[in-house]
Amino acid sequence: MSLLTESEARAILQKTLSFSKADECQVSLTGVRAGNLRFARNTVSTSGGSDTLSLAVTASLGRKSGAATINEFDDASLERAVHAAEELARLSPENPEFMPQVGPQTYLEPKAYFDATANLTQEDRVRWAAASIGHCKERKLTAAGYLSDSARFSALANSKGLFGYQRRTDLDFSITTRTDDGTGSGYAVADYNDASRLDAGGVTAIAARKALQSREARAIEPGKYTVILEPSAGVTLVNLMLGAMNARLTDEGRSFLSKPGGASRLGEKIVDERVNLWTDPLNAELPGNKWGQDGRAQRRTDWIQGGVVKNVGYTRFWAKKKGLDENAAPSPGFGRSIMGGTDTSLDDLVKSVKRGVLVTRLWYIRAVDPQTLLYTGLTRDGTFFVENGEIKFPVKNFRFNESPVIMLNNLEALGRPQRVENSLIPPMVLRDFTFSSLSDAV
Amino acid sequence: MNRRFFIRRAGAAGSLLLLPAWTAAAERLAAGEPIALARKKRLADAALNAAVKRGATYADVRIGRYLSQSISTRETKVDGVTNDESRGAGVRVIADGAWGFMATDRLTEDSIARAAAEAVAIAKANARLQDEPVVLAPQAGVGETAWCTPIRINPFAVPLQEKVEHLLAANRAALGAGASFINTQLYQINEQKYFASTDGSYIDQDIHRLWPTFTVTATDPKTGRFDTRNALSSPMGRGYEYLGADPAGKRPGVTVRYFESYDLAEDAVLAAQQAREKLAAKRVVAGQYDLVLDPTHLGLTIHESVGHATELDRVLGYEANYAGTSFATLDKWKSKEFRYGSPIVNFFADRTEAGTLGAVGYDDEGVPAKRWPLVKNGILVDYQKTRDQAHIVGQRAGDGCSFAQSWNAVQFQRMPNVSLQPGAEPLTPADMIKGVERGIYIVGRGSYSIDQQRYNFQFGGQLFYEIKNGEIVGMLRDVAYQSNTQEFWNSCAAICDRRDYMHFGSFFDGKGQPSQVSAVSHGSATARFNKVNVLNTGRKI
Repeated sequence: MSLLTESEARAILQKTLSFSKADECQVSLTGVRAGNLRFARNTVSTSGGSDTLSLAVTASLGRKSGAATINEFDDASLERAVHAAEELARLSPENPEFMPQVGPQTYLEPKAYFDATANLTQEDRVRWAAASIGHCKERKLTAAGYLSDSARFSALANSKGLFGYQRRTDLDFSITTRTDDGTGSGYAVADYNDASRLDAGGVTAIAARKALQSREARAIEPGKYTVILEPSAGVTLVNLMLGAMNARLTDEGRSFLSKPGGASRLGEKIVDERVNLWTDPLNAELPGNKWGQDGRAQRRTDWIQGGVVKNVGYTRFWAKKKGLDENAAPSPGFGRSIMGGTDTSLDDLVKSVKRGVLVTRLWYIRAVDPQTLLYTGLTRDGTFFVENGEIKFPVKNFRFNESPVIMLNNLEALGRPQRVENSLIPPMVLRDFTFSSLSDAV
Repeated sequence: MNRRFFIRRAGAAGSLLLLPAWTAAAERLAAGEPIALARKKRLADAALNAAVKRGATYADVRIGRYLSQSISTRETKVDGVTNDESRGAGVRVIADGAWGFMATDRLTEDSIARAAAEAVAIAKANARLQDEPVVLAPQAGVGETAWCTPIRINPFAVPLQEKVEHLLAANRAALGAGASFINTQLYQINEQKYFASTDGSYIDQDIHRLWPTFTVTATDPKTGRFDTRNALSSPMGRGYEYLGADPAGKRPGVTVRYFESYDLAEDAVLAAQQAREKLAAKRVVAGQYDLVLDPTHLGLTIHESVGHATELDRVLGYEANYAGTSFATLDKWKSKEFRYGSPIVNFFADRTEAGTLGAVGYDDEGVPAKRWPLVKNGILVDYQKTRDQAHIVGQRAGDGCSFAQSWNAVQFQRMPNVSLQPGAEPLTPADMIKGVERGIYIVGRGSYSIDQQRYNFQFGGQLFYEIKNGEIVGMLRDVAYQSNTQEFWNSCAAICDRRDYMHFGSFFDGKGQPSQVSAVSHGSATARFNKVNVLNTGRKI
């Protein structure tokens, strides 16, 4: 019911706009059908589903705006929602940061919708979970995992002639396997738009191997180590840095990109010249969305190129205030980030390291100091000591205190990017990564 | 049905005269009606009958109307006002020995019966993966009953204009006291939830929570440095009276601390002054210090190192893929001699203390609220459990720890209030500080991180005061402490008495997949911990 076609969505949006008497009216419609299955202790724990459709109306009168959302779609309900938004707008104070709605946009066409995902059933989820649990039971391991999938559409229209429609499907699978004696733990994760690419047994096999290899971990002294961060370990720190590249905060003097005297580091080299970070809705491995939160068309944006800050994210208001063309200024949406790498495999990266620590996953990452982007967190689910290019033995987990800016200045090598947590991130070899204490956690 | 009305970035500097009109409109548009009690019972019976007819051996249904309002301001303007009303029903069943759940936003007898049937079908599909059937601890039905949070002023009945002006007045005060920026929020929640089960319970509850909070930022354009100070308020299970700035509800000290009542404007002014002070504070020298931890700070340490560690679902491995497991394993509990903390350390779980976020009449599986010990004289003695976990530790009842964030989410084990019992001997924070030779007094919650089995943690704070020879000698910056849960609680050397006991709160505690939030309080009095590792977090980039 919730996944409307483009013509069905357009009909509802146009009908809604026809009720508006405001200076500007924008309507968006979103439908999501989602399901999930969670398992632990080698058995299912909870699972459920949802099927929702909702419509949001924003009406503007001069510099005053109001908004309303509903999930009923008869003509009377649509008209009521428009009138509610208009009444709120009429009675609202003027907004000093008001921006007129965007006009017609030329949207790119990412291919993010796959029937194989949209047509999933509970039986499919149970089958994947059974494959994962079966693999673990055979090896006397305990599986805990989570599978979630969704199919969604969104459509957008306004009184200035804007119209957009997009569909996407997403599938996320993660698995933690633990040895029965609790001394080993392994983790693996995969996400796709096309569910036919999921090999739940294969992903589980990676986690199972790590669990078995990580038994009887040895304690080594905390301190500065060369690390090999697998993509599942590096992804969060990279995305936190990208998320902090905000124009307004920088200009207000409260960002890691702010400089004394009110200047910014835009245009300066802040990390190793091999670091390139961008977003691109047309990336085939990581298809994005046609538009961001404000309706502007999403385009490829280079955030860091050759180690230099090329762009920071602007809201339309802040771009205008700073005298920039709002359509040329990059939007602040930083999801689905891409970090460039090389063709080197993870195994070959490990071979290149004389003495270091291989990290599968970083966990409970929290900001310590926004001024330096210092974060703390811990390694988890597979941490190994590497010597002369070989994994020698598992080591106890560490707490780290590190800034992604410092970390990416200490770059030794990059490997082949891999999709993880809706980003494309390479494995990284980094020197002098700061482990500040040991953890007994497995 | 879900309805939402909101104003985004709709504020205007100094346009207070306009406020009455738009705030009144927002309230009128947002105002829905509670679901009539008789209708809820009729719907509940439709769900339970349909589930049993399809083969469920147990069923419960939660019919809810959930209201939330959040007001957000920055400096002299309103950033946004959001009113949400969500209503619907969630049906949970056991069929073929497995759980199944389905929710619907259509509150008709047909629709709710259909959801019950789908929940049974999901349970039967899930049963194929299940080796052992769910064992549910018995719970006698309580018939038709009701409970409500004992509030004096319903925040949803306070005119929006008054609430907005309350926040903007605090912003003006902070800007006047040297703040460069201030972001203020007021979150209000009202859960009107009706629970019924095949045990014979029909429980109608009206639950309120609120949280006024802010972040003040001070910048120094010359050096390019900035620092922040967050509010020292606590989210509470209280009404709008919490914002009444009652002088009897606060305690003087090194900084003002707010117990039963909060003064938003006063705290904002202090925050502006203290954020400036932080910019000029001395950098801490890393090393071992005796820590004196205020309840506004210690609550989060309790939450992470005791609250989550004693959740039985984590201990058993149900959260292994996400939040993690726990070091407080069953063998440690069974030994009856696992020394969680020093002998003066007593933690209790609770869902009854008035004014707390965890206080309810009954949980989301019909178990009455209670209080019970987790750590007694330093020894681990119990866990937090739901009905389907009780048999694993040889018990015959749930603890009242089942919670779902809304009608459309499945209930599971969530933390009750977990609190540190105040000390038995008379002791004030001032007296405690007098006894410290080299230490740091920490106030307010800051950065926090703990491993997936709750051993190794690192915490920051809002305010750090250096103690030398029993005196506060000035403010420090770049402070964080690291420890191990068991080592830390065994280093607890003194706890202030009941006069200093207050509640810290976590308003958006995340757990589960898909993630659900819950709210929980942690009571404590100021406590001292000897020889804890402190690091300097200052870096250059």
